[in-house]
Amino acid sequence: MQIQLADFALMMPEIATAVLALGLLVVGLVVPKEQSKGIGYLTVAGLTGIWLFNFLYWNEDAALFGGIYLVDSYTVFFRFLFLTAAVIVALASRDYVARLERNQGEFYALLVAATLGMMLLAGAGDLITLYMGLELMTITFVILVGYQKAEAKSAEAGVKYVVLGAMSSAVLLYGLSLVFGFTGTTFINDMVATLSSGNWSPLLLLGIVFMIAGFGFKVSAVPFHMWSPDIYEGSPTPVTAFLAVASKAAGLAAFVRIFMIALPELQAYWMSIVIVLTAITVVVGNLIAIPQSNIKRMLAFSSVAQAGYILFGLVAFSSLGVGAMLFHSILYVFANIGAFGVAIAVKNATGSDEIKDYSGLAQTSPFLAAVMLLCLLSLAGIPPVAGFVSKFYLFLAVIEKGMVWLAFVGIGMSMVSVYYYLIVAKAMYLGTPKEAAKPISVSAGTQIALVICMVAVILFGVYPTPLLNAAMEVGYSFFPF
Amino acid sequence: MGDFPILLTIVLAPVIGALVILFIPEKDERLIKITAAIATFVSLVLSVYAYLVYDKTAGGFQFTQDFVWVERFGINLSLGVDGMSLPLVLLTAIVIFTGVFASWDMHSRVKEFFIFLLVLVAGVFGVFVSRDLFWFYLFFEVAVLPMYILIGVWGSTRKEYAAMKLTLYLLVGSAFALIGIIALYVYAKAQLGFGTFDIMTLGTVEFDEAFQKFAFFLMMIGFGFLVPMWPLHTWSPDGHVAAPTAVSMLHAGVLMKLGGYGLIRAGVFLFPLGAKYWAPLIAVLCIVNVVYGARVAMVQKDLKFVIGYSSVSHMGYVLLGIASLNYMSLDGAVAQMFAHGIMTALFFALVGNVYHKAHTREIAAFGGLAHQMPRVASGFLIGGLASLGLPGLNNFVAEALIFLGSWQVEKVLFGWLHFRVLSILAIFGVVITAIYVLRVVQRVFFGPRNPKWDHLTDARGVEMVPIVILIGVLVLFGIFPSLLIDTINVGVGPLVAKISAAAEIGGVF
Repeated sequence: MQIQLADFALMMPEIATAVLALGLLVVGLVVPKEQSKGIGYLTVAGLTGIWLFNFLYWNEDAALFGGIYLVDSYTVFFRFLFLTAAVIVALASRDYVARLERNQGEFYALLVAATLGMMLLAGAGDLITLYMGLELMTITFVILVGYQKAEAKSAEAGVKYVVLGAMSSAVLLYGLSLVFGFTGTTFINDMVATLSSGNWSPLLLLGIVFMIAGFGFKVSAVPFHMWSPDIYEGSPTPVTAFLAVASKAAGLAAFVRIFMIALPELQAYWMSIVIVLTAITVVVGNLIAIPQSNIKRMLAFSSVAQAGYILFGLVAFSSLGVGAMLFHSILYVFANIGAFGVAIAVKNATGSDEIKDYSGLAQTSPFLAAVMLLCLLSLAGIPPVAGFVSKFYLFLAVIEKGMVWLAFVGIGMSMVSVYYYLIVAKAMYLGTPKEAAKPISVSAGTQIALVICMVAVILFGVYPTPLLNAAMEVGYSFFPF
Repeated sequence: MGDFPILLTIVLAPVIGALVILFIPEKDERLIKITAAIATFVSLVLSVYAYLVYDKTAGGFQFTQDFVWVERFGINLSLGVDGMSLPLVLLTAIVIFTGVFASWDMHSRVKEFFIFLLVLVAGVFGVFVSRDLFWFYLFFEVAVLPMYILIGVWGSTRKEYAAMKLTLYLLVGSAFALIGIIALYVYAKAQLGFGTFDIMTLGTVEFDEAFQKFAFFLMMIGFGFLVPMWPLHTWSPDGHVAAPTAVSMLHAGVLMKLGGYGLIRAGVFLFPLGAKYWAPLIAVLCIVNVVYGARVAMVQKDLKFVIGYSSVSHMGYVLLGIASLNYMSLDGAVAQMFAHGIMTALFFALVGNVYHKAHTREIAAFGGLAHQMPRVASGFLIGGLASLGLPGLNNFVAEALIFLGSWQVEKVLFGWLHFRVLSILAIFGVVITAIYVLRVVQRVFFGPRNPKWDHLTDARGVEMVPIVILIGVLVLFGIFPSLLIDTINVGVGPLVAKISAAAEIGGVF
């Protein structure tokens, strides 16, 4: 394997992220607790810097270190997605971190480390790098999920995530090893060549099934979604926001890369599984979200359903599908983190995650209510906010493949989802505030995060063209069929 | 006015009004209402101007404007109105302008109310001026959510239930329409070689028979929810009753017309074969609308429910006009949408006035109200006479055209049910209408003076604005129907040409 210096240049965003994570760890030890506010700002500044830096790589298409790492527009797009999510979450977690007794600095370091893991996952060109990124992400999340170890729910969530996360990683790894065993290569781009012979062993198919199960867990597709509500509910809310959005997108990035690039020949075998998975994910996620009375659990199930919608892009198996999927994922980042951001603010003020305690929010804190409403509408896919446009393309992609029934399921379930999103809107707008309710004050950081989400959700709903074009270009260059 | 973007301004004026209101302090209610009135007045003036300037000899879409939106998928924000949509734009402008005045006595959370109301109406305007199906759908959905909050917060009588029911029904309906639109796009793309949502370009594509049947069915269900077509109608009386006055006016007056308009534009125009195939089903269901709606209206105890069910009944005529698929009947269908919109807005404005002062809408509680409220009583009587199709008022013209048009259809359904039987049944609906309308007028407004209601004051000041304007429009277009029909004719022309060009096929029955 030839290692060239230029390869490191192309990996600069990843390297910078790693440096940032380690640097924050050190800074966290040095800085006294009273001044820990600065760590948050440092994180945001560092991540924003990397985010801007990433623009330099937009037109790259290179395989580094002999192909173990790929920097193509797909990788770059996902870098943007993870960094955006990390910046907004870092901004919104300011209030939460300030109330921690200890380990304030490490929180941000772990957040950045998880981001690094996701970036590696999206850019991985071989199975080993992929698994490394996956583990980096999963293990940091284990710590983040159980961050409030004194709190029973958080600790429980942490343990659950260890057990289930390790289990799913093992299943995935087994699948990867079977695929490696059959193809004789760990390089994703080289697999097509060995697979085109058409002489497939049943073990290969078994490996594919294991991979679907492993990735299904990471993106929380039904029936591998059982972990998500408990863990989402138990985790600190900023972590939940990050987990629900970015880790899901990361799993998806690897899922799509392996299946569309390495295994198109076996489409006939895995596609039927993925179609069924997608359909039941959308249906079950939306139906179970209806009776939830806790906002985090409701958003957890809604994010299960969203994973189903994003998988429409894989089902469509076309460049339009990939483009629509990328577009939907990034809009989902804004909408979901915006909704969680409001949940963080409300939880900090009232100590409750129950939907009924949102009663009258529109009168006490009209800004928070408006952000929540717009983000939920975006998740539901109601125009003029952004979610509609991206769902439209996902449906377009599957209908183009002749799967009108799947579009029916998707659109029908979107309408079902409106019901449970409206329950929150109903509490906020139709309910009356409690006697003692005061306007909820949120820190500047959270406010900025919420404004970013709200503006993005409205702007890309009314004028999605630039972002949509970017996503579609990535889609076409990634999968030109 | 050259290149002045008339239609864009009509859509954006309410949005700008809403943005301005966002920055007006909550307690300055008067200023908020005046802002809303100005914003809607701008739309009204421009709609009237467009209506008068529209060149009937040239026909087609006029005042067109195109903004490239997503070039890759052929989505443009293309605006334009033709003879069919222009009257409906005018209708929307009249109803919302009068609706703002009908909400003048609103005092709770005024700021939010007008913001949502103006966003809602911007969506409705948008639907009527879009030439692009994507935007047509998008604007329609924009109108749905504000409706939920408007009814849920400021409504009455089981408002939360009604608001949720209405929202879900409308969204389920729109889901069908959305699938239809996407399928249409994909199909047309294969034929044309490029993707487009432009309705005129799509109109040139020859869709095969199977696809037309499928797509028209989706549109029929989708827009059928909105019209509302029996048995998809149950959201509408509940919604009308629960909604606050201005929203009821807009809702019954305009929103239901989106269904009829969508059915004609995205259904009959694009899929004439499909329309011919499904027309018998629509024809049968619309008679249920007419007769059942009227019959149910007869036994209602709540004034608003009477009007709610009368809307179901009257929209049946619109469906009959569409199902008959000829020049006269389609003219009548569009005219009926306009006429019914004005009339029902008038009813809701008056009922809102009475309810606001008396705090009840129970018919049995009233009697002799004409003594205390002579102006409201006369307004209601005129509306009632329009409702039962009295010549000289706008509705007569529309209904007459529909009946004449449907009489010309020489189809026989199920092998024995002559289409003319349906016409006769529809005309019979007018008789039932006369019964329930006159009964309500008599029980509420006539009879001996009831001292219990002596404290009620008659409509006056701003309250008279909606009453005068709406009655004025009813009478004006009633006496000079050509003002309305000539414009509609221009729009219906190309549609009828497409219908007659399509092959004759047997209906579903």
